[in-house]
Amino acid sequence: MPARAEISRDEVAHLAELARIDLSDAELDHLAPQLSVILESVASITAVAGDDVPPTSHPIPMTNVFRDDVVRPGLTAEEALSGAPAVEEQRFSVPRILGDEQ
Amino acid sequence: MSDLTRRTAAQLVDALATGEVTSVELTQAHLDRIAAVDGTADAGIHAFLHVDAEGALAQAAASDERRAAGRVAHALDGVPIAVKDVLTTTGLPTTCGSKILEGWVPPYDATVVARVKAAGLPILGKTNMDEFAMGSSTEHSAYGPTRNPWDLDRIPGGSGGGSAAAVASFQAPLALGTDTGGSIRQPGAVTGTVGVKPTYGGVSRYGLVALANSLDQVGPVTRTVLDSALLHELVGGHDPLDSTSIDRPVGGLVEAARQGATGDLTGLKVGIISELAGDGWQPGVMTRFAESVALLEQAGAEVVEVSCPSFVHAMAAYYLILPAEASSNLAKFDAMRYGLRVLPEGVDAPSAEQVMRASRDVGFGDEVKRRIIIGTYALSSGYYDAYYGQAQKVRTLISRDFAAAYEKVDVLVSPTAPTTAFRLGEKLDDPLAMYLNDLATIPANLAGVPGISVPAGLADEDGLPVGFQVLAPALADDRVYRVGAALEALLEEKWGGALLTQAPELDGAAR
Repeated sequence: MPARAEISRDEVAHLAELARIDLSDAELDHLAPQLSVILESVASITAVAGDDVPPTSHPIPMTNVFRDDVVRPGLTAEEALSGAPAVEEQRFSVPRILGDEQ
Repeated sequence: MSDLTRRTAAQLVDALATGEVTSVELTQAHLDRIAAVDGTADAGIHAFLHVDAEGALAQAAASDERRAAGRVAHALDGVPIAVKDVLTTTGLPTTCGSKILEGWVPPYDATVVARVKAAGLPILGKTNMDEFAMGSSTEHSAYGPTRNPWDLDRIPGGSGGGSAAAVASFQAPLALGTDTGGSIRQPGAVTGTVGVKPTYGGVSRYGLVALANSLDQVGPVTRTVLDSALLHELVGGHDPLDSTSIDRPVGGLVEAARQGATGDLTGLKVGIISELAGDGWQPGVMTRFAESVALLEQAGAEVVEVSCPSFVHAMAAYYLILPAEASSNLAKFDAMRYGLRVLPEGVDAPSAEQVMRASRDVGFGDEVKRRIIIGTYALSSGYYDAYYGQAQKVRTLISRDFAAAYEKVDVLVSPTAPTTAFRLGEKLDDPLAMYLNDLATIPANLAGVPGISVPAGLADEDGLPVGFQVLAPALADDRVYRVGAALEALLEEKWGGALLTQAPELDGAAR
């Protein structure tokens, strides 16, 4: 699909939903035009490289980097929980994860 | 003892070794300087987000004890350092300049921090930065901007403006930074300091809160090239905790810096990158750059012009790859295990997802939101091939340009940034204008090659620092130190001292 150099307010709202960020109407009004300008500036890239150019995901290629299979110390439960917003019975305490309809 | 803060780290190493000063005296002198000039978000330099006077003095006292007992841990044992707030530190908050991590104290040290601690360098505190290292001005910090020591109304560069401003204003002799698209080199350029982005994988990133994993690199921020080499050799080298870490010893950098300082570059081939000049490049920047090139020639280097045609697409590739990686990295801030948790207003018994959305709205600033949304877009089905896939191909073309260039020359050079420091607020709501600051620094991150920025003088039109960038092939970090040190020596001979001796005194800046 050819890339379009524009992004609508509705699309931004949808992307924010996918990215799990509540955006207010004021934020959508502010960010949507800026995002269009950014996308316009990068749109030129769609025509730069042909099919014969392989992609690079990593500048210094490495494969199968393993460490020795030996026990090494990790965090204690107290350390792991030390930054948690809420803790209960040595566990992370989180809000409900199911919706009413589930 | 106030002159202690003016000395280079290498000079402080000697002063400690001869017993002229103690680490406690040194550390106290820097803490006094911080108290005098750093101020707050509203006044002063504001390079630090957290100052750890007590901890630094305790580490300094321990260093002095080791020295008295003849058990010095490292040449830099006792020389204080500042650490960018994106590197995890036990016992000290690590916020990444973000509200979402306000007050978070990590349960583990970054490998570079562990190496600094083991070598006995007292940690003065954590330095300010653009939120999650997204920015070129440090104005995107949730805790207020850092100010440029050369002009308090101007930006110190970014994202590592805090580390650069701290060493430029003599609050620390050494600092650690991180460079994803220029965040060490561009602040170095606009504050008249030295900054190095090592070869990708040359310094461990374990405990670096990732922005874009395929681009991020930790590196030194200092006032001299030799000091950067000393710090680079300390923190560099293989780390089994970082799977992208290169498994070979780091070395020869200090030696290269000392050799370069003799000012002899006979036999060296230098390439000027044709694409990094022209419209939008400040005349005063180009004048200082041309003078520095002439000095390299006088030192015996052979200078030619080299074309890297794909570099014109580097910005576009970078601003797709970076947001794509960042949007996925920042998904971990879900308000569940650590960081800010905000309950949505007017919702009874909100779900975890609703809490996550509300927390991320309150916890992230505008630039982070922009990049998360661009990244989510670039990775979404239907656009993936056109944007992210193409950006990865352009990355290949840029690497090929570097490879072709390095067949003809030993190092490539350009100005580090197109302009000198701009005014605070000037580009804050114009993301594209802000992104253009990284034009010359981004290609090195895309290709993983090392780069240095050294001060090249002050631009005629505004009297502000200009940076000179040297790039070398991957794993040839020693070359950037050799050429950087040579240029530094030749320029200082011309100036009659370091560029920073011309910077404002800043007395009473904190008030």
